[in-house]
Amino acid sequence: MISSSTINVLVPTGALGAGIRAEDVDAGLAAGAHAIACDAGSTDSGPAYLAQARCKYSRAAIKADLAILMRAQARSRVPLLIGSCGTSGCDEAVDWTRDIALEIAQEQGLEPRIALLYSEQAPAQMQRAAQREAIRPLPPITTVDPSAFVQCDHIVALMGPEPYVAALEAGADIVLGGRTTDTAVLAAVPLMRGMSEGAAWHAGKIAECGGLCATSPREGGVMVRVGVDFFDVEPLRSSNRCTPYTVSAHMLYENSDPFLLTEPGGVLDVSQASYRALDERSVRVTGSRFVRTPYTMKLEGAAASAYQTIMLTGIQDPKPLADLGPFLSRMHQALTARVEETLGAAAGSYDISLRPYGWNAVTGIEEDFVPREIGLLFVATAATQDMATQIAKTCNPLFFHMPVHREAELPSYAFPFSPAEIERGAVYEFRLNHVIEVDDPRELVRTTFINLGEKAHA
Amino acid sequence: MPKLMDVCRHVRSKNAGPFWITVDLFFKDAEAYSQHVDALALQPEAVARVFGIQSSAVKRFPVPDLDVLKLSFPRKVPQGGVLERDMHGGQQYVRLLSIEL
Repeated sequence: MISSSTINVLVPTGALGAGIRAEDVDAGLAAGAHAIACDAGSTDSGPAYLAQARCKYSRAAIKADLAILMRAQARSRVPLLIGSCGTSGCDEAVDWTRDIALEIAQEQGLEPRIALLYSEQAPAQMQRAAQREAIRPLPPITTVDPSAFVQCDHIVALMGPEPYVAALEAGADIVLGGRTTDTAVLAAVPLMRGMSEGAAWHAGKIAECGGLCATSPREGGVMVRVGVDFFDVEPLRSSNRCTPYTVSAHMLYENSDPFLLTEPGGVLDVSQASYRALDERSVRVTGSRFVRTPYTMKLEGAAASAYQTIMLTGIQDPKPLADLGPFLSRMHQALTARVEETLGAAAGSYDISLRPYGWNAVTGIEEDFVPREIGLLFVATAATQDMATQIAKTCNPLFFHMPVHREAELPSYAFPFSPAEIERGAVYEFRLNHVIEVDDPRELVRTTFINLGEKAHA
Repeated sequence: MPKLMDVCRHVRSKNAGPFWITVDLFFKDAEAYSQHVDALALQPEAVARVFGIQSSAVKRFPVPDLDVLKLSFPRKVPQGGVLERDMHGGQQYVRLLSIEL
């Protein structure tokens, strides 16, 4: 038994499914971890994962990582907390992760008590909350339109640490959480065990991406040791290092403000924090503050907006490349005219976008150099998949054989696929950037337990 | 006049949630930082012109301990819409590299 004045959280990876090495987890357990915690979600890859309730990573990748963590949990008896299951953390994504966990338990003969935390919200209920003015917009959004809520396919509310703490106090070995702030999952056990709020939340922020706060971001995760007025951070792998620079620089990451971080129930303020090397590999942080505010939960919502069909071609012919901007404008005009004369009003509200990769596809701003080759992407957006595909098919001959001028012989650009048109399905959009005020951090959260040990002995 | 890429050892951009882009300029050293952090070309007005947004929306955070200037601004449209070209905002910094300080 390691006696310690700190509460130590082993953070094996920045995202469940990104890859965990059992040796790193073993090292963290041997170094006295009191909990294993990591995040499994993000909005970073776009709205589709929330709208479709699908995981960004493969089932096999999630299972491989989760199996390592569940075995470590069973062996060490320290709790395992996973936040924002299945990328979006919506109810279906939590259930998907639950089923993987149950499969692992059965295959490995494990009998953990698993708590499931659900934070998906019914759109109609959020609309009512908006009508009674319990929902506020966050910049850059300035309004609350109650109808925006019912348009969403899925809405999730980002949990704080309280539902995790309650589940652990009720005896959970493993907590599989719906959408949660990255930080809260890591801060939960130190907060539950009475460590300072500033240190616990700051440690959570620094360790949220695993090894990203170390000199070799890809070399395993980190351990944070949270004390009463400080925390220490060090990498799990002995070859890796944390320095005051790598640790403090992580406050910049994916955060619009490097000093303040708004969380459910408060704001982490690190403007007075100081970072000091304890040795070659670990860093001590002091001076972090957590300023309590009325409790709010951030809402995320996404919905399908339209459908897209794409086509791709390669152009090496120097003539169109020499004057690419005007060439693409002429092509766009010709494509639009063709759609108008063949489909007419039936096309409805649609968009044709030409994106020359190798020239200016990312910025969309005119460039003044001549590329040697481009990949020209055609994107048709329409109200239905069928119409997007009809538009693509209508544009096919012009897109693949557009001459540089009217009298020129018809070229054939290099098209890689047959059929040429690729149906992309729905395009999704984030619709919400709001917070909801709650009286109790758990009022929008539903918790259920699965007790495998009891089931096995029943 | 030096370009931004000449005085920074690393520049990156990323989403800060689906509605914001944040850009981190890591200057080469304390000298490069103090010499250029207040450059006109790195003021909100100039940055807003590069990205085609309102200057009042640009947030600017000097971080002297790290020799970093952080710039954050709202996306013109939320991440992932119909015309999205950079889902993670990961290439937005490139437009700043050749600005003259």
